[in-house]
Amino acid sequence: MSRIEQRLTALGEQRRKGLIPYITAGDPNTGETLRIMHSLVASGADLIELGVPFSDPMADGPVIQRACERALANGCTSRDVLEVVRRFRETDTETPVVLMGYLNPVEAMGYEAFAENAAQAGVDGVLMVDLPPEEAGEVVPWFRAQGLDLIFLISPTTSDERIRRMGEHSSGYVYYVSLKGVTGSASIDAGAVEERVAHIRELTELPVGVGFGIRDAETAGAIGRVSDAIIVGSVIVDCIGRHPEGGDSLHQALKSLVKPLRDSLDTP
Amino acid sequence: MKLTEQQIKDSPDARGHFGAYGGRFVSETLIDSLEHLESEYRRLREDPDFLARFNSDLADYVGRPTPLYHADRLSSELGGASIWLKREDLCHTGAHKVNNTIGQALLAKFLGKPRVIAETGAGQHGVATATVAARLGLKCKIYMGAEDVRRQAVNVYRMKLLGAEVEAVEGGTRTLKDAMNEALRDWVTNVDDTFYIIGTVAGPHPYPMMVRDFQSVIGRETRQQCLEKNGALPDALVACVGGGSNAIGLFHPFLGDESVAMYGVEAGGYGIESGQHAAPLSAGRPGVLHGNRTYLMEDEYGQISGTHSVSAGLDYPGVGPEHSWLKDIGRVNYVSVTDDEAMDGFRRLTAVEGIMPALETAHAIAWAIKLAPQMRPDQSIVINLSGRGDKDMDTVARMDNIEVEGR
Ligand SMILES: Cc1ncc(COP(=O)(O)O)c(C=O)c1O
Repeated sequence: MSRIEQRLTALGEQRRKGLIPYITAGDPNTGETLRIMHSLVASGADLIELGVPFSDPMADGPVIQRACERALANGCTSRDVLEVVRRFRETDTETPVVLMGYLNPVEAMGYEAFAENAAQAGVDGVLMVDLPPEEAGEVVPWFRAQGLDLIFLISPTTSDERIRRMGEHSSGYVYYVSLKGVTGSASIDAGAVEERVAHIRELTELPVGVGFGIRDAETAGAIGRVSDAIIVGSVIVDCIGRHPEGGDSLHQALKSLVKPLRDSLDTP
Repeated sequence: MKLTEQQIKDSPDARGHFGAYGGRFVSETLIDSLEHLESEYRRLREDPDFLARFNSDLADYVGRPTPLYHADRLSSELGGASIWLKREDLCHTGAHKVNNTIGQALLAKFLGKPRVIAETGAGQHGVATATVAARLGLKCKIYMGAEDVRRQAVNVYRMKLLGAEVEAVEGGTRTLKDAMNEALRDWVTNVDDTFYIIGTVAGPHPYPMMVRDFQSVIGRETRQQCLEKNGALPDALVACVGGGSNAIGLFHPFLGDESVAMYGVEAGGYGIESGQHAAPLSAGRPGVLHGNRTYLMEDEYGQISGTHSVSAGLDYPGVGPEHSWLKDIGRVNYVSVTDDEAMDGFRRLTAVEGIMPALETAHAIAWAIKLAPQMRPDQSIVINLSGRGDKDMDTVARMDNIEVEGR
């Protein structure tokens, strides 16, 4: 059983909902990213989505775009991102880490080398925003061979046939993008999400995480009640962006942002 | 290499692949819209009403067929092959871009989308889109890199006069690729009521196929005009390559004609060896950007590189996937000329033929100037004169250290 599956199964057995924060690696710098990962876990994160910065993040809104620009300006490469994960694993062997990003940096390293290096560093899963299942045929075997989960996005308009196909290629969880738009867009409608998640569950056995548009504790709670896990990105990345100095003030700010999300998820 | 009819027909395949290139690499929210667009396009391109409307617009609004002009003086000065110019600069709005925007805006209309968006580099595609949007009564928003807004100020003003909203994109390198990112973000958000009119043969399937089909009118006319005027096919075709739409439009109807050599001319900027250029086919490697797999300019970690070209319309780190395939199979020769060579081409055509080309087009002229003397006088070259140079007056004047008065 993969670390992701273990974690999500355990949560399911405890009837708890997963909290998955997203951060962009290398923003403000890789050393700080490592500390942020640990402090997110301390504040109640169950799994971390670690963004691999890309020069052309076309599915991201301004907040994550700026984070990518800052990380790249700091010289953060995909090798550096893997190094952050390796160091994270020195003290945390339980919290799953999923790399989230775009296909081109993965392709540049080569699928085989990337899969091997990622698995060695302690990565558990990979989500490539611009890789739909139709184009994933070449990638899947390399990731499978290294025991990495491949996670796909499902949107409000994904057809049933495609959701089934994703089920075949993917493992770990599926990520339901709850609205039409880029990351960090307006907030979401819990009622519509509930209906859609129920439908997705009929088509795949995998746990369903919901993200895009969750900005506060109230929405977190509402979406948590109708899914298996919530993914929160832009508000966290925005908080990091407002504390370029890093250090204590950043960690305090992150704590006061993430704790209420956790509490809201844990309130039945 | 010789391409069979079947190979040409099968490119792209059902999933939008040209050999190893193309495809549909986009976030999930766009997949459904792209599938819908593809099936509607495949239906409409056989639909007599749609075709009749497209063809009458090309004739009466764009001004097609455009002439095939014999550049007599340039040919005799160069002393080799005779040079012919396919006059896309005479299209309404001043470039070939409008062939495609007419087609896509009609699609938008037939699909009931009230709003269109587009990215633009030189502003020619933006102007062409704003123009057809005005004519069809569609709401229009144009994304343009902030750097390009500066160097193509006249076109920005034209778009605004035509009623379009122009957004200067400040992200990334502030050029065409960033405008395209921003247009894709808009589209993901407003996909229900918005049609994205991509300006070149790039982007996710079906765009490279669709834009090629709309632009192929250039090559079909050229073929017929060559047969009428010379009784023979041309020996060589030359076109500049930014995303590659004017080039594929000229080349495609000739792909099966083994005797016709083809040259796609990329922007060599300060020279390929300087690294400051926009020539992914000449100096890049395959990767994935803007929804398709193609040759790209990128660093060793897969980050897209900044590009440089004197011409905003060629200043793009990728290229249409069909060109990547045509390069690999050796059907088309991809070459580059520098900024300086292109400027010489611009001046030469202006002085000798009284035709002022766009700086993009000047790259094709510059290559033909090198090519013609190596060919025999009984041979012929067709250059795609993709656009006129009016929009570039400021850039050229600045190089001559002249302030153009009145602005
Ligand atoms: C006159 C002209 N030619 C060529 C191009 C390059 O585009 P493409 O390679 O798609 O023809 C442009 C783009 O703006 C243009 O304005």
